[in-house]
Amino acid sequence: MMISYSWLMGLSAAIFTIGVAGVLLRRNILVMFMSIELMLNAVNLAFVTLARRMGSMDGQVIVFFVMTVAAAEAAVGLAIIISIFRNRETVNADELNLMKW
Amino acid sequence: MPVALFIFLALVSIISALGVVVQKSPIHCLLALIMTLVSIGALFIALDAVTVGFLQIIVYVGAIMVLFLFVIWLLNLQAEPVPAAHLGLKFFATIAVAGVAAELFAFMARTKVALGAVTVAAGYGSIDSLAQTLFGQYLMAFETTSILLLVAVIGAVAVARRAAPERIVAPKQETP
Repeated sequence: MMISYSWLMGLSAAIFTIGVAGVLLRRNILVMFMSIELMLNAVNLAFVTLARRMGSMDGQVIVFFVMTVAAAEAAVGLAIIISIFRNRETVNADELNLMKW
Repeated sequence: MPVALFIFLALVSIISALGVVVQKSPIHCLLALIMTLVSIGALFIALDAVTVGFLQIIVYVGAIMVLFLFVIWLLNLQAEPVPAAHLGLKFFATIAVAGVAAELFAFMARTKVALGAVTVAAGYGSIDSLAQTLFGQYLMAFETTSILLLVAVIGAVAVARRAAPERIVAPKQETP
């Protein structure tokens, strides 16, 4: 039995779906944030798989950029979470309803 | 990549990814996320993306996850009790998740090409080839990345900084 590329793409799809479930079902902002990282990594896995399939380095360079953007996103997002916690004493997304219509 | 290795890494990554979503304590979620990232990094290395795999371990597990850990400790988060409310919301969220899963699997897992059937050039995925591509074709994007990181650092400091005390307290009235 040989591993085909569809196995890796399926694994990537599964991890992405778990990340979507985490964002939609959890109420803790930090855990929602971790689920976003999970989705980013699933996409990275798809990029690396397809780069291997095409025999090109472009996909791996895109993974490098995704990691950079993820680092920037984590820095700004965690700063926002710290700021929210300082003002509201909560990380529960349901209690942060100031801008809810 | 041997089949057993792939199955092991896939199982570890999926089980620990589920651990991120289902565990109550944020610190346990974070540890599960680190397990997921490490196993995905091992998959990168098994897919001949050696440099990106090590970057994954260094940058994600070494930097971003430590930042998460630092924030969890700073906020002193405990496991929150799971509220029983929002059942309707969770119902629709579950439907949305099932839809995303169906869509992804329908479009992504279709190829039958075996992993060993595609051979890559020698040096594929090495630091050399990554650098040739990154500093050649993608040089402009790479330089733009530095601006992004600079703006992100400044923004993070500006957002998370505690305002100076004299700006919070009302100005004093007495004059010398």
